Amino acid sequence: MVSIKVENLVIKYKTLNSTSIQRNFFQKRKKRYTYTAVDDISFEVKKGEIFGLTGRNGSGKSTLLRAIGGMLAPDSGKVDLMGQSVSLLAIGVGFKMEMTGRENIYIAGLLLGFKQKEIKEKEQEIVDFAELGEFIDMPVRTYSSGMYSRLGFAITATLETDILLIDEVLSVGDERFRQKSYDKMKQLITNKEKTVIICAHNRTILEELCERVLWMEKGKIVKVGNVKEVMDEYEEYMHR
Amino acid sequence: MKFFRNIKKYNGYALYVAMAELKSEVAASYLNWIWWILEPLLTMIIYVIVFGYIFEAYEEKYTVFLFIGILMWNFFSGVIKSSIAVVKSNQSIISRVYVPKYILLVCIMYQYACKFGFGMLVEFIMLIVFRVKFNFGMLLAIPFLMGFFMFTFGLASILIHFGVYIYDLTYVIGIVLNFVMFLSGVFYSIEGRIPGLYGRVAGRVNPVAYYIASLRNILIYDVRPSFFWFFIWCIVSVVLSAIGVWLVHKNENNYAKVI
Repeated sequence: MVSIKVENLVIKYKTLNSTSIQRNFFQKRKKRYTYTAVDDISFEVKKGEIFGLTGRNGSGKSTLLRAIGGMLAPDSGKVDLMGQSVSLLAIGVGFKMEMTGRENIYIAGLLLGFKQKEIKEKEQEIVDFAELGEFIDMPVRTYSSGMYSRLGFAITATLETDILLIDEVLSVGDERFRQKSYDKMKQLITNKEKTVIICAHNRTILEELCERVLWMEKGKIVKVGNVKEVMDEYEEYMHR
Repeated sequence: MKFFRNIKKYNGYALYVAMAELKSEVAASYLNWIWWILEPLLTMIIYVIVFGYIFEAYEEKYTVFLFIGILMWNFFSGVIKSSIAVVKSNQSIISRVYVPKYILLVCIMYQYACKFGFGMLVEFIMLIVFRVKFNFGMLLAIPFLMGFFMFTFGLASILIHFGVYIYDLTYVIGIVLNFVMFLSGVFYSIEGRIPGLYGRVAGRVNPVAYYIASLRNILIYDVRPSFFWFFIWCIVSVVLSAIGVWLVHKNENNYAKVI
């Protein structure tokens, strides 16, 4: 069963697009410089599959991921998620510094589109996972950066959506929490109901987690397929 | 309609954010939320001194007259100014999660509405002090304030969109607002100062002036406001909101590419 279908997707950034009156009046219109970040890409991901994206910096991976997540509109082509919910695994999105950790669970959860009731059910689980002790009822501004990212990770990892997008595998907190969050993430994404797309450079991570990998270069697909084959070719290309 | 479903879905979020913003505004100050009362109150005292004594304003019950004007103006100009920059100031959210962008405007409106509410409490206390008789006609203030909020939302929702693309808008709107403040009769009664037809036109074709004058008539002078113009401005507000929401909805996923 197909879970994500990307068809002829094109995304362009217009670098001069943000204009000012002065620029419009006093200069001849420069030809706007458009940059095609994702150039005519099509692929499908099956339900329950863990799909990897790789390619060097600036190859368009993150843009592609954001288009799938619905944060960027396609300039042409389309993305079909078959009506499933989607989220980007990101830390501390929408956190408000003056609010307590517990209140921020609701802020972040509501922002991700969950209902108050659903968040309430998961609240304890998030609190336990983040291991903040009594700090959970203190304003987030008092947190150390480790505590901040632990809470952020706990929220995105516990409030689950059908499709999960991961931009660079997260490593948060100290050594012990890093192992714990990596395990949690592995457990999350190996769930057969869940479709996952991971952006990564690291071969070990891709080989351990993914079934197939898509290699992008300058917004175009170079190769899609079995992790080992694609990564062999990718590494050879990178070292050339 | 999708707009109403989204408002319902994100209403809780907007309330939390408004609360957070209000909290962080006063968190470091000693007087905390008392500032929301003190600020308009002190502004009013300055104006009462300047306009009431130096320029000898003759409007009846000038203190309450002025205070309601300042409160409504602060709400209007505050929301309009923030709406222009709202997409840019929420960049970190926008690039990582999808949220309908007019929800960000709803957050701002809650924030200013809360301050407005605090001010209204003070206004009511002052009405008692200045011996204004309470009557049932004052309940009219509720639909009129709703109308005023709706108009503000309509205008601001359109500005969200243009604020993303046109950098200069912040300055332009700042100057325009300055002028509109004087045209809206915040410190004087337009129809009283500009005699005849011009005064009546100036007081009604400017919705801010119209709503401020109406609220004063309802709360202070026990005079019925013009329902005809209320009806007109409600329709205009609905149209503006529809245009704004449509514009934002159509373009919102391009905002992240520009900022």
